[in-house]
Amino acid sequence: MPLLASNNVTKRFGGLVALSSLDFEIEKNAIASIIGPNGAGKTTFFNCIAGFYPVDEGEIVFDGHPIHHLRPDRISHLGISRTYQNIRLFANMTALENILVGLHGELRSTWIGSVLRTPGTQREEETSHEEARRILRFAGLQGRGDSLAKNLSYGDQRRVEIARALATKPTLLLLDEPTAGMNPFETEGMIAYIRRLRDELGITILLIEHQMRVVMEISERISVLDYGGKIAEGSPDQIQRDVRVIEAYLGRGSAEQVLEESVDAHPRGASTATFDG
Amino acid sequence: MLDGGRQEPMTTREIRLDIVRAVRIGLLGGIVFLYLTLVGLVGAFSERPLISGFISLGQTLLLLSMLGVGYVTARLLGNPSAKSAAPQGRAIFMSSLAGFISGGILAMLVIIGQRIDVRDVFVNATTELYQILTFGRGLPGVWLLPIVSGVAAGISAAASRLPGKIRSPIVWGLASVAFFGLFSSLFRTILTGISPGLSPFARLFFAPGEGLTPGGAAVFLIFAAGAAASRRLGGQTRVAKAIRSKVAANPRLRWLGYALLVLVALLLPQVSGPFLSQVLALVGLYVLMGLGLNITLGFAGLFDLGFVAFFAIGAYTMGLLTSYGPQGLVHISFWVAAPIAMLVAMLGGLFLGMPVLGIRGDYLAIATLGFGEIARIVVGSDFLAPWLGGSQGIIGIQKPCVGRLGPFVAEGVPRDCFGLELVGPQSMYYVVVAGVVVAALVAWRLREGRLGRAWMGIREDEDVAEALGVNLVGTKLLAYSLGAGFAGLSGGIFAVLVGSIFDSSMQLFVSINVVALLIVGGMGSLPGVFVGSLFLIGLPELLREFSEYRLLFYGLALIVMMQAKPEGLWPSATVRRELHAGEEPTAMSEAGANPA
Repeated sequence: MPLLASNNVTKRFGGLVALSSLDFEIEKNAIASIIGPNGAGKTTFFNCIAGFYPVDEGEIVFDGHPIHHLRPDRISHLGISRTYQNIRLFANMTALENILVGLHGELRSTWIGSVLRTPGTQREEETSHEEARRILRFAGLQGRGDSLAKNLSYGDQRRVEIARALATKPTLLLLDEPTAGMNPFETEGMIAYIRRLRDELGITILLIEHQMRVVMEISERISVLDYGGKIAEGSPDQIQRDVRVIEAYLGRGSAEQVLEESVDAHPRGASTATFDG
Repeated sequence: MLDGGRQEPMTTREIRLDIVRAVRIGLLGGIVFLYLTLVGLVGAFSERPLISGFISLGQTLLLLSMLGVGYVTARLLGNPSAKSAAPQGRAIFMSSLAGFISGGILAMLVIIGQRIDVRDVFVNATTELYQILTFGRGLPGVWLLPIVSGVAAGISAAASRLPGKIRSPIVWGLASVAFFGLFSSLFRTILTGISPGLSPFARLFFAPGEGLTPGGAAVFLIFAAGAAASRRLGGQTRVAKAIRSKVAANPRLRWLGYALLVLVALLLPQVSGPFLSQVLALVGLYVLMGLGLNITLGFAGLFDLGFVAFFAIGAYTMGLLTSYGPQGLVHISFWVAAPIAMLVAMLGGLFLGMPVLGIRGDYLAIATLGFGEIARIVVGSDFLAPWLGGSQGIIGIQKPCVGRLGPFVAEGVPRDCFGLELVGPQSMYYVVVAGVVVAALVAWRLREGRLGRAWMGIREDEDVAEALGVNLVGTKLLAYSLGAGFAGLSGGIFAVLVGSIFDSSMQLFVSINVVALLIVGGMGSLPGVFVGSLFLIGLPELLREFSEYRLLFYGLALIVMMQAKPEGLWPSATVRRELHAGEEPTAMSEAGANPA
């Protein structure tokens, strides 16, 4: 059984069909990518999974539960967590506090407990701070815990955002362009980090990504969206050769030419070519 | 400035430009002068001496404006370090010119006013005002005004270019004279309150009535200037730094400081008399409301412009539960009624919070604005008059009794208190302080806990917070209802303090006050609530002359705050860093080493 499956999902914004009858599946423990030209509906799909948008038709099933009618906080409790295309950290809170908000759903203490400082609440506060520090260390951010999120470097902000998503103890992590705006060195680090999330924590990973080098290097399976529909699906090698994909990115006619080039190029070479620059 | 001789000869164009600027500022300054005098500020403040027999508050205000004109001109002509700066002499001359023009415009008012009666339009343009503006000499003395203004502006321009170690003592000295002069009666009351034996000592410094004695002014001037000078010269900084680091390193010392603060707060009404106690109690009630709104607005970012509704709920609950007047229902003691008032207000917060759950930002402010008005109109309505008294209000609210409370005898007869009855503001002050301490503790612990972090997450980005598992409905409603609870307690204590409540007390202005004090103090900051209340509630109560111009100063204060210090007088981030500095020195130093 797939960990997450969307069946026939349609999402409209007025007259615009952002997602049309989208079928998608991701297996447990996989690293999969969704690619597609700008405006193809990738982020809309993430927003539907995370419960930000209600879907108009179809259903999304996670781990056996239909989730398309649930509130985002309920979906988070079930084990889906996400990051955002434009970083959405709590800018005026410290890195540690950001992660502590992520732990919110894991904690049980009530406001009365906080006011009275009951032993249980005290203990939970201590363990949650320890846990947050542990997550920070895992993200390679030790020592940055007390910096305000807005004062962190761009790369660190991306890391904190993922760390915050990890704090909710997800089984499925949705990463929306995790390497956007990173230099090649930082990108390399991020790729290794994403692998560790899967290998060490056993988290299933679904990412939207524009840098083809990242996509091809990391993904086991790639789905290509265009105009809200899935136009191709398969392994990185299959996708690189797929005529419809190249057409979607570059338009008809260019496809033949590009196909020849991509066959010539080494699949994991130093080329940083991306389909959309 | 040193290489002024080597600069290119100043062109006539440059000078002409500077003259145009000076004239422009002079005209603007003149308009400000006209405004200040014609709204009656100068006239009203002239009745209060700053230094007895020497200078009045009104004259100080005019003098300050003149100094301001000089300062602005000097600033606009460039600071000395900038390349295009006007040379020293020219800057001072231009500032004097600006001041002369401003003063001239005011002098024109006097000249015109003597010939034509403008009082039909400008009520405050009285003969007394002209006397003040001509330094008591009548029309022949009118030429003094532009000259004084020009000289003052010139001096101010010159002073603004002095090096800091000379300027700072002067500014501090004058500021301290202004401060002690403004609050002279307050200090005299406190001094004589501490011990009647101190009253001859107080008479040395503070003139009878209002203002300082010239000798006292000199003492304050020299003392403050000396302190500032020694600080500037570095004599005291090392000691101060050592003390500060010791306090930071030792939490016990910090607690000692807090304990000292509490001690002062507890002793204050004993030495300051009933009037100041009343003011302090009022400030305390606003602190209580501020702490409440700080939860809703400061922590969770949920705007509420109808906060007075919860104050009203608390006050009327207290009235209904404890009054021996016609509206009294059950006649229970204050100590039982206070938590009930709080609970009812919390329920109110819950109910009012529900319809506005999905509304965000500015829309929320407008939506909640209605609540306060609804509350005021409902409690004052004829329909509910049999229960809530309508515009007659609820009277005869039983004072709190420490000890046993006698049985209810009859309508209009207060119950006997076998023990200590807290009647006056001096004793009620302690009830307020107790409420504030509890509320501050609750607010502080909430902020540090799981719920506080969830609130802050909602304030920063509620979609993200929800995606991280924060239940928006529950968390927001808790913010509304806990905030409302504090306001309800404040209202309950207010009802007892005054002894009666009317719908007219539940004005929109109360809500605006609370929001404004949060902005001035620093959104989300607990000490900021105290600072903001003292500043916005305490100050206008103490300076009674200001009361008519309260809104004017409100607007000014808010604009200045937004321009100069948008984070508030005591912002929360600094406080948080201070709190954490002692606990995690390593983490802080690491973070400090990477100021990315």
